[in-house]
Amino acid sequence: MNRLVLSHFSVVSCLGIGLAETLSALRSGRSGLRPCDFETVSIPTYIGAVDGVDDQALTGPLVDYDCRNNRLAALALAQDGFSQAVAEARRRYGADRIGVFAGTSTSGILETEIAFRRRDGDTGLLPADFRYRERHNTYSVAEFTQRALGLQGPAVAVSSACASTAMAFANAARMIELGLCDAAIVGGADSLCLTTLYGFHSLQLTSQQPCRPFDTARDGISIGEAAGFALLEREDGMAGDDAAIRFLGYGESSDAYHMSSPHPEGRGARLAMEKALDSAGLTPADIDYVNLHGTATKVGDAAEDAAISTVFGTATPCGSTKGMTGHTLGACGILEATIAALCLRHGFIPPSPTTDMIDLKARCNYLRDGAVRPLNRVMSNSFGFGGSNCSLVFGRA
Amino acid sequence: MKLYIDGVGLLGPGLSGWTDGKTILAGRAPYCPAEVRLAPSALLPAAERRRMTDIVKLALAVGNEALPAGFASRTRTIFTSSGGDGATITAILETLATEQREVSPTRFHNSVHNAPAGYWGIAAQSREASISLCAHDFSFAAGLIEALAQALTQDQPVLLIAYDVPYSGALGAVRPLEGICGIALLVSARRSDDSIAAMTLALTRSDKPDTPMTEPALDRLRTGTPAARGLPLLAALARETPSSVVLRAMAGNVLEIDVVPVELDPA
Repeated sequence: MNRLVLSHFSVVSCLGIGLAETLSALRSGRSGLRPCDFETVSIPTYIGAVDGVDDQALTGPLVDYDCRNNRLAALALAQDGFSQAVAEARRRYGADRIGVFAGTSTSGILETEIAFRRRDGDTGLLPADFRYRERHNTYSVAEFTQRALGLQGPAVAVSSACASTAMAFANAARMIELGLCDAAIVGGADSLCLTTLYGFHSLQLTSQQPCRPFDTARDGISIGEAAGFALLEREDGMAGDDAAIRFLGYGESSDAYHMSSPHPEGRGARLAMEKALDSAGLTPADIDYVNLHGTATKVGDAAEDAAISTVFGTATPCGSTKGMTGHTLGACGILEATIAALCLRHGFIPPSPTTDMIDLKARCNYLRDGAVRPLNRVMSNSFGFGGSNCSLVFGRA
Repeated sequence: MKLYIDGVGLLGPGLSGWTDGKTILAGRAPYCPAEVRLAPSALLPAAERRRMTDIVKLALAVGNEALPAGFASRTRTIFTSSGGDGATITAILETLATEQREVSPTRFHNSVHNAPAGYWGIAAQSREASISLCAHDFSFAAGLIEALAQALTQDQPVLLIAYDVPYSGALGAVRPLEGICGIALLVSARRSDDSIAAMTLALTRSDKPDTPMTEPALDRLRTGTPAARGLPLLAALARETPSSVVLRAMAGNVLEIDVVPVELDPA
């Protein structure tokens, strides 16, 4: 693919609001996970919750979009000068020339869950203040983002489970390549809700401890929430900005194996990584760090390890940041893309503070303690339910 | 920007497939709405076949109809739906409103928006790229724009599957849809022996209204079910004469599409 520039990006997760807090947590190995105290949920698990979301009510013309998921998105848009950078790009390109490609898995379903408790006892109808299109519908976060930024180009929500916001990058790259837009907002949000907490619990995939990626005793995920966005532009429009992070390539694949379990040898994961390298015109040796999907399930980490060692061998440094952020589901693609960009910009590999003893069966070079070193190319993996996989490659100029 | 259409799939009330449906869409046979019969895909292993919900059956059925034999495992797929699996999501929401909150694991994995894509991969034994999209009322147009982008940048055939099943219960009351509809289009940047038509697409901004269906009941389906907004494009294909179709997309964007039967395509 033609390289694109991440001219601006922003992120919100349990590690912090904005890039500075996120960077500080990643460098020091501070986990944002805590025992689950979300809403009325009583499950013995840990969560990665963003503090203060409840105080961020949306007001004004976009009040109908007010839900936890869009509040998270609004928080991300407000950080690190992101909205101002988009306003500048809007003046440069025109509002109809900037696309919005936003991912989510559960959108604002939390508000629907609460509304279902408030159904009319006689009619079974939802309360009058329920907003389907603006809060529940999967498109909500894309439409909210487009309106909040004053844009009018093509917009769509990608909802391919945990690969959603990674695939949004692929989506945007194709649209820019074809000339259907000149720049793109990629990212999205996924927020805590009962559906995913009780759903993953029903699959016996939630850990009772902070999740421990690649640990020999790992026993499941910690669910988190996040929102993030990146402004993608063509390189030729950004002459002279050598410090900016580049989006170099993407690879998408399907497992064709099972609805909620990855292929045991990581067949689809391997294909996604190979395609991403091919798309970036790189070889495995060019990658300095792989930010793994690494959710800390028994089978998921083993399958990814098999795929990594097939593609990269056993030397390429790897790590998962989910012990710090939790698994933010549909948002993990954009969250980990911004983590990859921070690692490239500041020259470090984050540690894996919740991992105690690395699985002896793991063949990949899992850097539990992280490292401080210059990085030129980073791959980020996101694999989802239904066997939807996406790998992204980022780099310095 | 030009695409070739190499296959079509269709299911809806009184539209039991593209082969039968095209005579109705072309106006050569009367339209008689009737209940849609959905069958599980015979290509799936028994365990997955049992777990298929109506929306998965719909998506896989129209997708299969659009594919020439042998294509399934080497075609990229785009799934687009305005609201996902309402029946499954409603069942989970009802469970979560009870004291016990015992969500069924099968329901949970069926509730994800990309569930049809997962079943498709297993049924087709396809490891090709697959993306699942939503753009509320504009989900068909969003899928077609993505199909255009994929076909022209990836040099591979792309199967677009648009599908909606109406909600029932509490969600159905706030988001009523007219009826079940599934439309699949196999598109390619290159003309092949399978090509039935060429379409030239332009993404513009204008006030032009959507091209309607002339048959009133079909037009109610078009306006009442987002996936059915693709019906005028299928009607243009069915007529087998050069036609133009306007399809409104999100935020004032408009797809202007010229359809030409492949015999009349100059390239």
